[in-house]
Amino acid sequence: MTTFDLEAKALSKRFATHTAVDALSFGVERGSFFSILGPSGCGKTTLLRMVAGFIEPDGGDVEIGGRSMCGVPPNRRPVNMVFQQLALFPMMSVGENVAYGLARRGVARADRERKAAEMLDRVGLPGLAAKRVDQLSGGQRQRVAIARSLVLKPTLLLLDEPLGALDLKLRERMKIELKQLQAAFGTTFVYITHDQSEALVLSDRVAVMNSGRFEQVGTPQELYYSPATPFVAGFVGANNRIDGQVSAIDGDLVEIRSAAGWTVKARRHGTLKPGDAATIFVRPEVAVLGRSTADLALAEPAAVHQGTVESLLFDGANSAVLLREQASRCEFRVALPQTGRYADLKVNEPVFFSFAADRAVCFGVGSSHG
Amino acid sequence: MAKATASASQRLILWLLLAPALLWLFGLILLPHLDLALLSLRERTGPGEYAFGLAQYRTFFTEPLYWDVFVRTATISLIATALTLLLAFPIAWTIAKLTRGRLSTLLFAVCLIPFWVSETVRTLGWMILLRETGVIPGLLVTLGITEVPIEMLYRDPTILVGLVYTSLLFMVVPLYGSLESLDDSLIEAAYDLGGNGWTVLRTVVIPHASPGITAGCIVVFMLTLGNYLTASLLGGKNSLWFTEQIYTQFITRFNWEQGAAFGFLLLLLSSVMVWTGLRLSGQRFSDVMSRT
Repeated sequence: MTTFDLEAKALSKRFATHTAVDALSFGVERGSFFSILGPSGCGKTTLLRMVAGFIEPDGGDVEIGGRSMCGVPPNRRPVNMVFQQLALFPMMSVGENVAYGLARRGVARADRERKAAEMLDRVGLPGLAAKRVDQLSGGQRQRVAIARSLVLKPTLLLLDEPLGALDLKLRERMKIELKQLQAAFGTTFVYITHDQSEALVLSDRVAVMNSGRFEQVGTPQELYYSPATPFVAGFVGANNRIDGQVSAIDGDLVEIRSAAGWTVKARRHGTLKPGDAATIFVRPEVAVLGRSTADLALAEPAAVHQGTVESLLFDGANSAVLLREQASRCEFRVALPQTGRYADLKVNEPVFFSFAADRAVCFGVGSSHG
Repeated sequence: MAKATASASQRLILWLLLAPALLWLFGLILLPHLDLALLSLRERTGPGEYAFGLAQYRTFFTEPLYWDVFVRTATISLIATALTLLLAFPIAWTIAKLTRGRLSTLLFAVCLIPFWVSETVRTLGWMILLRETGVIPGLLVTLGITEVPIEMLYRDPTILVGLVYTSLLFMVVPLYGSLESLDDSLIEAAYDLGGNGWTVLRTVVIPHASPGITAGCIVVFMLTLGNYLTASLLGGKNSLWFTEQIYTQFITRFNWEQGAAFGFLLLLLSSVMVWTGLRLSGQRFSDVMSRT
């Protein structure tokens, strides 16, 4: 039996003009790293602030460590938060920042100084207790903010896009550090972000949130390989999107025809019948590229499409090429093989491409939940 | 060559821009004070005869009346400053943190509007309210709280009310500035880490706002200590206010030498008090001024 450190039960919050969180129910397992991923304005910050206790829900309940948090103020919840701008206290030293929560609990000075120093050791900042906050680098501040919360041994640590303010290189490094810290402490982390790469890299489970609801909750792999809704398919990872009408159904496969006249086959998601409006998503790395049909070296028979190179998107291991399909002039992105083959492609060069129909997914339009 | 001309003309512009301020500083502040200083250091030895001497300053310390009046003025000013701080803090907090946009502008305007009326008129307004035949004593009789109308003027608490009222805006403005710049997430973080209203105020809000608090206190203390109108109108001619003593020396007794010495003593003693206050609260004058 799994124990949940955080359980939301039909949690709702409405503001004057819109519903920020719409009757959400979910559980976060003890010791796991749970991310809530969504575009800005999807309600994820409202959700997090309701868990922290800064916003009173309109309906439903939050249980933390099996205890209902109804009417419990933020300073009495077994929850701590790492704020978006970190919110370290500039009027205090690093050590005083880390010891702040202990002081509020009435821990004696000597005791809390020792505990704060130990915690700074554990997050890799030994001997920095006497420094001022503004003497630290961005990454060090990050760790102080986490240490300040973890020293209180919370049931749950909430993180509100703490990496958002960092530059790219540091963000990449802090991602790894966060994951290692979570593994070392074993505290349950609830992390909100709009950056899908942060969510995928860090999390045990990810909830994709849109307009106050969870579109899908699953492991990063599930979200990536089997998106449950068109929103998830479009939001998580890069995807080619082809809109059209169902022209034929063959068991689990459907064939759709785009308005511009391109016919594509994909795996069916949910029930569809001919004539339905539908959308197909194909990952760039699912498609193969060749200068001739023979180059494609298809293991199974699959439709071969023709196109011309529109632009080359070189990005090291993530390089891709943007094509235009011959007949429909549809844009289509194909990942370049890592071998460096086709590194010499030219713009306007004619190419062939293909993808296995069962690795593309087709959703009916207007049936977002299948 | 061209470079030298450019820098010369830049220097000229700089001096021209500084000129009004320098003229003001020199002509209206430095010069009168120099003259007063010289005046205060003269002793009258005979009709129309003067010699250098410290007699004026000696009088202040040997005549208990003057020293007592100064201590009394300073004490009431300190109390008025503390009361103004206590009153202005919630007002500044409301404007800076609890309201947004138009409402916050409106509240600021409400604080400002009384200052559109001249200080004399405002103080006379208080007199209309508080004198024996005035509005408040009459109301107290009507409500049956007192049997006969009470004279509320010419009492120390009345002076305090007047001083606090006059000073409020000068405390609200620097407090507002320093509270406005406090990041809300710091307050939330302090709550989140287990703080309550009092500890968050003590550990986060007050340390952040302390330059504003100090600046406001200095301004209000100086204004109150040097206030003449409120003290003499609400406290009466016998209110024993130090600026009244200076006025008396200059105007009533034609003893300009004594008045000038008192003026300098007021400046000196109030500077010492401000300096002590800064030392006690661990603030630096330049920090405080840069935050105001």
